[in-house]
Amino acid sequence: MTYEAVIGLEVHVQVKTRSKMFSRVAAGYGHPENTLTDPVVLALPGTLPVMNKEALDKVIKAGLLLGCEIAPECKWDRKNYFYPDSPKNYQISQYDQPLCRGGFVEIELPGPARNVMGEHKRISLTRIHLEEDVGKLNHAEAVSLVDFNRAGTPLMEIVSEPVIRSADEAFAYLTALKTIMVYGGISDCDMEKGQLRCDANISIRPAGATALGTKVELKNLNSFSFVRDGIALEVSRQVAVVQAGGTVVQETRDYDGQTGESKSLRTKEMAHDYRYFPDPDLMPVQVGEEWKSAVRAGCPELPFDKQRRFQKEYGVPYTITSVLVPDRELSDFFEEAARLCGRPQAAGNWIANDLLRELGAATLGLAQSKVRPAHVAGLVRLVEEGAILSNAAKEVFVDMFRTGDPPGAVVARIGLGAQTDLGELERWCREAVAANPKSAADFKAGKESAINAFKGPVMRAAKGRADPKRVDETLRRLLAQ
Amino acid sequence: MPKPDDLRLDHVANLARLALTAEEKERFAAQLGDVLAYVQQLNEVDVSGIEPTAHAFPVVNVWAEDVPEPGLSVEDALGNAPEKRDNMFVVPKVVE
Amino acid sequence: MSEELCYSTISELSGRLGRGELSAVELMRAVIARTKEVDGRVGAFNSFDEGDALAQALASDGRRAKARAAGADGRGRHLEGIPVGIKDVISVAGQPLTASSRMLENFVSPYDATVIRKLKEAGATCWGRLNLDEFAMGSSTENSAFRATSNPWDLERVPGGSSGGSAAAVAAGEAVAALGSDTGGSIRQPAALCNVVGLKPTYGRVSRYGLIAFASSLDQIGAFARSVEDAALVLGAIAGHDCRDSTSVRKDVPDYVGGMAALAQSGRRWRLGIPKEYFGGGLDPEVGAAVQAAIDEYRGLGCEVREVSLPHTKYAIGTYYIIATAECSSNLARYDGVRYGSRSKDATDALDIYFKSRAEGFGPEVKRRIILGTYVLSSGYYDAYYLRAQKVRTLIRRDFLEAFTQVDAILTPTSPTPAFRKGEKSADPLAMYLSDIYTIGVNLAGLPGISIPCGFTRGGLPIGLQAIGQPFKETELLAIAGAYEGRTDWRTRRPRL
Ligand SMILES: [Mg+2]
Ligand SMILES: [Zn+2]
Repeated sequence: MTYEAVIGLEVHVQVKTRSKMFSRVAAGYGHPENTLTDPVVLALPGTLPVMNKEALDKVIKAGLLLGCEIAPECKWDRKNYFYPDSPKNYQISQYDQPLCRGGFVEIELPGPARNVMGEHKRISLTRIHLEEDVGKLNHAEAVSLVDFNRAGTPLMEIVSEPVIRSADEAFAYLTALKTIMVYGGISDCDMEKGQLRCDANISIRPAGATALGTKVELKNLNSFSFVRDGIALEVSRQVAVVQAGGTVVQETRDYDGQTGESKSLRTKEMAHDYRYFPDPDLMPVQVGEEWKSAVRAGCPELPFDKQRRFQKEYGVPYTITSVLVPDRELSDFFEEAARLCGRPQAAGNWIANDLLRELGAATLGLAQSKVRPAHVAGLVRLVEEGAILSNAAKEVFVDMFRTGDPPGAVVARIGLGAQTDLGELERWCREAVAANPKSAADFKAGKESAINAFKGPVMRAAKGRADPKRVDETLRRLLAQ
Repeated sequence: MPKPDDLRLDHVANLARLALTAEEKERFAAQLGDVLAYVQQLNEVDVSGIEPTAHAFPVVNVWAEDVPEPGLSVEDALGNAPEKRDNMFVVPKVVE
Repeated sequence: MSEELCYSTISELSGRLGRGELSAVELMRAVIARTKEVDGRVGAFNSFDEGDALAQALASDGRRAKARAAGADGRGRHLEGIPVGIKDVISVAGQPLTASSRMLENFVSPYDATVIRKLKEAGATCWGRLNLDEFAMGSSTENSAFRATSNPWDLERVPGGSSGGSAAAVAAGEAVAALGSDTGGSIRQPAALCNVVGLKPTYGRVSRYGLIAFASSLDQIGAFARSVEDAALVLGAIAGHDCRDSTSVRKDVPDYVGGMAALAQSGRRWRLGIPKEYFGGGLDPEVGAAVQAAIDEYRGLGCEVREVSLPHTKYAIGTYYIIATAECSSNLARYDGVRYGSRSKDATDALDIYFKSRAEGFGPEVKRRIILGTYVLSSGYYDAYYLRAQKVRTLIRRDFLEAFTQVDAILTPTSPTPAFRKGEKSADPLAMYLSDIYTIGVNLAGLPGISIPCGFTRGGLPIGLQAIGQPFKETELLAIAGAYEGRTDWRTRRPRL
């Protein structure tokens, strides 16, 4: 029998705000322990929460980007449980009235080859709600040490429907989700900084069956590849259990990405009873059309929509768009360069190949690049006009990258202008024809390709600075005589 | 409404993270049994179609702009800590 | 001299301070002396910081001198230099904040509650930490982990609660006015039992930021004072929207004292409602008679008195004990011995810290309420208890709003009985809960309420009259209370200590 996996992902994404979700002390990462607290964050006696408008704006933005229905009204609930990283011993969250419902994430599965687009699919979402993050436990020898810097950071929980069918799909889902969040300025989704955290609910069932199997919750999937590897491992583990005649036990398992193994977490003695109830310290949120429109006005084009547009409008191939589009700044850079030179394909090639290669070699980000869209556009135009030749253009690009000089200035400085002494060019062509009478005869006899035999010697003589078009014209003129 | 003898004191004390002595359990069971019996009278009230009141004067969209303000110094943050080390709060080792 | 000062009203004192006949330091010294003289018997204070109080008073004198030099007459700064006692459940930066609980026995708060910031801005001296029922849970102040406060009128009896320390301090001349908090009657009931004025404002009128939460949807900070006008002065100082409390209301703060005076001048004939449900069984006959006499006094003032009905009154206590305990079970989860508070010495693992610290840190009434509240929220019981109680709350609130279509205010006894003996009800929580019958509905409906002295029993125990007002109409409520107060001298009587 073959089995199919049924996977639902719960993704927690830290929302990028300057202050915390329910108080105004700064939010941040990498600060000395317990320097980002205030009486509210530490849940000192007498403190009260006040929600952060920016966090609401950003979750609404996420909801709009993901096609969710934004709740006209939602409220805050307390989720009661004791844990040393939870200052109030309840988390302010949204229980039965999340800010967003429904929606989907468009994903791209791996294609048959790297340069071929894979299948696209929509992964439906159940809900997105807003809550607050907890502090961080650091485990020492005999004790645990609590740092509350992270406590109170706005946290968005994105819950997918159980419609993910494989580890690859889960990976593609997270990749697409991250791209959208970064595009929207909603979160940086840096998993190493804990800005994106993922739990997976996994079950298997005979292929084609509709009933759901017993699900296992997989935790601590703290990198994108661990998500993929952990899920793949869990699916094969469950299949092995069932094929050996066993049954899958409902449990929480911990995946260790370093060893590539998972183990069952000690089952908790007490069943969860979170005693959710509406937080009496907070008022409900009403999202009217006006608010939604204001947020919508700041929504970027979705990455896959942009990719389709680049391919259709600009005729840029998948191999280039798949490099440009996932990075919003890079794709903006491209569009600007394309607009300036009117040659999107050429601009795309320079950016996706030469610019990224140089940035990578110099370990720089796009923002630090001295080459700006105008440089790229200028270079494309110089080549287009035949002012420089493509090999020379490569050299000009490297120089621009280093110096930040405009392409024209670089050409003037290092003398890479195209060969323009027509007398000299004609002499090289005459010599080439004279040296190869057989090919000359072949060409005159109608063998078109024979002309190529003269081009190599001419280019060699010109040290690569001859304009191929002009060489071609000159050779044809001479051979016609 | 459930019967007042359903208090499930052990379960509830567990949820509330309260260690109760046998004597407390006995006393609380009796006292809270009385209170629960008393509140059964709420069953007499017809609440069909009645909206719950969470706030006496509800308003919506009470928020603050996202502008950071200074917080507590580490010294003040840890000023009341029962046990601290390396600017953090110490608890016995938490097994996850 | 000292006792005279200590029993003066804010208006009297601010006049003398303003004319330079008295300094804030002299006044503070008198209050400190009085406190040292009587508090061994009354037990109103958990602690006080004499040096800090005198420093505040000295600063007040400095401000006054500076203002005078600049030609300002200081008018409108009625609280400048006035010692205001603070219930030990309201946070004052650098001072202990215990909630009368072992749990917070050694806690020092690093921040000011909004009401404290406002009092300080008004120039008042924040004075002492006043005793209460642990975490404001109780009606007698016997639930304090430290000591039971005595009623200054009879030291064998309770001062009421939970703000028993605040009421007793004002009654005993240990503070000119005091702040308390009222979740189900915790200002009005002790005010009635101690012969002082106790005002609970409309929910949302005063910021709760810095008030240790008992039941968030019901808690409200208010004032104890020697006169209705003094209560109005304190309310004027502490009221107003606060961006740190999402439940505080964006409404301008009127000039309560000026508004009261204008209403008194206008000779408006108030329409007053007497809820028939409040005068049934359980009401002490002497209390009933005193309240009837007060109602007659209003008739004599030309007010229109009519019977109104609050049909869901009998459900108020049940509703309250579900909502209040549910909220408190969650509000008190933060007291766990991790970040602050007392940690059990016996705790060996992380889970132990919770179970043992909370078992050792909380007293029996707090434990009972946490248990009850946890139970009513637990899986499978939420709808039956909490949700149903929230719906009944809607009906209780509607009753009041319905009555207010006919009347301007509602008059009731504040407490069904005068001060009871210590220990009399402490073994029977339900009996204790039932003594809040007249005050609890006001919190459930979020309304303003005031208790004013309206007589004494033959045994010399104070009796209070409660007036319940319309939402955010504190000026009218104060004017109505003031009209009666002006016709009597109950408030000027002092206990023999
Ligand atoms: Mg979840
Ligand atoms: Zn969550």
